[in-house]
Amino acid sequence: MSEPISFFSGFGPNDLWYLAQAAWQTLIISVLAISTGTVLGIFFGWILSESKIAGAITLGLVLDAFRSIPLIIQLVLFYNLFTVVGIAISPFWAGVTILAVYTSALVANVARGGIEAVGSPMRRAGRSLGLSYFQTMQHVVWPIGLRAVFPSWVGVALGVLKDSALVSVLGHPELLKVARDLITRTQQPLLVLAVAGAFYFALSFPISRYAAHLERKWQS
Amino acid sequence: MNFEYTFHWRPVLRKLPDLLEASLVTLQISVLSMVIGIVLGMCLALLRVNGPKPLAWVSTIWVETARNTPALFQLFFFSFGLGSFGWHLSPYLIVLFGLTFNNAGYLAENFRGGLQAVPDTQLRAARSLGMSSFQSYTRIIIPQVFRIVYHPMTNQLVWAVLMSSLAMIVGFRELAGETQALAFETFRIFEYFAVAALIYYVMVKFILGISKLIAWRMFRY
Repeated sequence: MSEPISFFSGFGPNDLWYLAQAAWQTLIISVLAISTGTVLGIFFGWILSESKIAGAITLGLVLDAFRSIPLIIQLVLFYNLFTVVGIAISPFWAGVTILAVYTSALVANVARGGIEAVGSPMRRAGRSLGLSYFQTMQHVVWPIGLRAVFPSWVGVALGVLKDSALVSVLGHPELLKVARDLITRTQQPLLVLAVAGAFYFALSFPISRYAAHLERKWQS
Repeated sequence: MNFEYTFHWRPVLRKLPDLLEASLVTLQISVLSMVIGIVLGMCLALLRVNGPKPLAWVSTIWVETARNTPALFQLFFFSFGLGSFGWHLSPYLIVLFGLTFNNAGYLAENFRGGLQAVPDTQLRAARSLGMSSFQSYTRIIIPQVFRIVYHPMTNQLVWAVLMSSLAMIVGFRELAGETQALAFETFRIFEYFAVAALIYYVMVKFILGISKLIAWRMFRY
């Protein structure tokens, strides 16, 4: 007597582990993209704030395009560009690279806002106290500007964390891709989605709460 | 590095009318989800601020889910999730509901900030002039809130247009979905997506231009 072969099997504890690993992938992609994107973005924001017209025409225009085109289109477009040019790149690194550039475009705007939030009288005061340009940047503009735009930066970081879900279109097994595969196998969409959603929530919610807490603390 | 790829733009240009038609679908679904999202978002914000407990909880759960999970996850919920209850929505409705759910959640938070920014003396003044609670909200408070949240709202509309591209994954043929379908027919993936990117860019600039025009017309006093 042979048992009928079933392609579907229920959601088991192994699958929970599988989803946890996928959540770890999501976290790694996001951390890599956010950290590189932030460094790049602060640099771009500094250029934008210092070179008003030339910066706005060249860099500003390019960064604006990254903000005005859906991320999913950028992912497919640049992933294909890599193959067109003949660079062999894994979906993981392609995703991280594109997400990092996208993050830098968003952070550049935030960073420029932060630098411009520190008025020129404050900076001139720094300079006339004998600080060099970079010292003024480091000891005056950075701490004050950072506080002013920290909430927006957290907003960008959380956005990128959620947008990392789109790397699934390149086929990398991050949280949402794995969830989708599990749904196909287990035929238990609600359970799988609830677990995946809980992972996203667990990653995103504490950060947004902590940021709100910091913001309140700084204001008082 | 060897560059052996030759670009073929002609097949893409031949399909340009299809892409433009699909971009109208994108605009239509984004604007519609935005309009419903504004109404729902305002209700959610009011419920969260001064609604009865259970409804305030529903509002909080809605808003936090919309803001703390990816939009694609929310689309999956409306496609696979509702499917498990036996409700199989059409791709159009999946995208519309997903976008609206997300918009309403984000807008509710904006509106809540706007509501808190309007001093409550305004409400008391309106009430003491003999307006009912409903009247004082619709005529005094909400118009002021809209003025405060106008810019976040236009940003949200831009996000809605960008977000609607996720429809590609659920198989709805708005601009991104149409682009994908055509691209995989001809394997001119890069060319198609480059043109789509350009169309999205123009659409976003167009929306921002219109919203600036409206702001200038409405808030010039």
